[in-house]
Amino acid sequence: MKTLNNFTKGIFRENPVLVLVLGTCPTLATSTSVVNALGMGAAATMVLLFSNIIISALRKVIPDKVRIPCYIVLIAGLVTTVQMLVKAYAPALNDSLGIYLPLIVVNCIILGRAEMFASKNNVFASAVDGLGMGIGFTLALFLMATVREIFGNGTFSGVPIPGLIDNKISILTMAPGGFLVFGLLIALVNRSGRHKRRKNTFGCAGCPQADICGKTGCEDGEEAGGDD
Amino acid sequence: MTNLIVILLSAVFINNYVLSKFLGICPFLGVSKKLNSAVGMSLAVIFVMLIATAATWPIQHYLLDPHDLGYLQTIVFILVIAALVQLVEIALKRYIPSLHRSLGVYLPLITTNCAVLGVTILNISENYSFIEAMVNSLGSGIGFMLAMVMFSGVRSTIEGRDIPESFKGLPITLVAAAITSLSFMGFGGVIENLFA
Repeated sequence: MKTLNNFTKGIFRENPVLVLVLGTCPTLATSTSVVNALGMGAAATMVLLFSNIIISALRKVIPDKVRIPCYIVLIAGLVTTVQMLVKAYAPALNDSLGIYLPLIVVNCIILGRAEMFASKNNVFASAVDGLGMGIGFTLALFLMATVREIFGNGTFSGVPIPGLIDNKISILTMAPGGFLVFGLLIALVNRSGRHKRRKNTFGCAGCPQADICGKTGCEDGEEAGGDD
Repeated sequence: MTNLIVILLSAVFINNYVLSKFLGICPFLGVSKKLNSAVGMSLAVIFVMLIATAATWPIQHYLLDPHDLGYLQTIVFILVIAALVQLVEIALKRYIPSLHRSLGVYLPLITTNCAVLGVTILNISENYSFIEAMVNSLGSGIGFMLAMVMFSGVRSTIEGRDIPESFKGLPITLVAAAITSLSFMGFGGVIENLFA
């Protein structure tokens, strides 16, 4: 039961993108088409799963003071591996994701889960958490990409949709559309009432740098510290 | 020379890191509420982008490429940037405490800022020469600052308005960002035509 809860919290209650609002850069950038979104989601999920497993397994070995650099090195190694795999087996995806593939290293979700979950829980729980968060990330990306591709490009994963293909709102696939769709989706999540209490401003709560951030006025202090 | 100006202006206006490439969204949404912190953060980003490029470009071209170690790019760059930021912070604290007071708090945040890692990787993948890479970093940093400062103005206008309950907080900020980004699309094509 606890395992199931651990798994589903990443998908709904603590969805990294729509509720915790982490990893906004790749979300906005790679959700222009469904294929890109799924590719990005799969790559990030893989990194997240293995980084959680490894960091959890090493949690008693890594000294507390240098844990963040250790996590970054581990994550960078995993990202490089994923980059090589994508280059070898899906070169087209590699081209369309471009710079955002290596940038998984600095994705807040991965470092955030390492710091908040994997460093405190056993390997199995961390693996489940990583998988759940990864799937939650992928689903949110998929949702955004679906909206942006269907209305912005008139297609769904490349297949033209009759009626929409001639009446596309191209702006949705461009940069402003990313911000707009993301804003509307979060408003929808707020509206659904599930997260009424959370009144999300910006995802400082799950960010490993929340401490420093709070001091610099990264959003309201009470939001940043609210989840601790 | 024209080439450098085109790179600089494109980086500031057309390929704006925040508003068209979606890099550095976290500080853009997180630290843009007050003008002071927006300026402080942007100055720190410009500074780190420049020193990060100055360090990573030679590493890529004189260390990684000759030894066929190109695949280590991501891991080496992030480590170099992290170490550099730490060093700069220590040096500032020791020698220029006044600058450290104004920029210091933002420096640790920048280590994991995707705009910084992004600019160093793009400089390599675009095959820029060292000078071009430095100019591109400067332009990207200025573009970041422009977006941050503009947006902090936009946000102060939104503040305290009567906004539908579901849109309060982040959603309305994102909608405002969409409109700001839309205004930047107007620059598309301007630079090419200016120097054509």
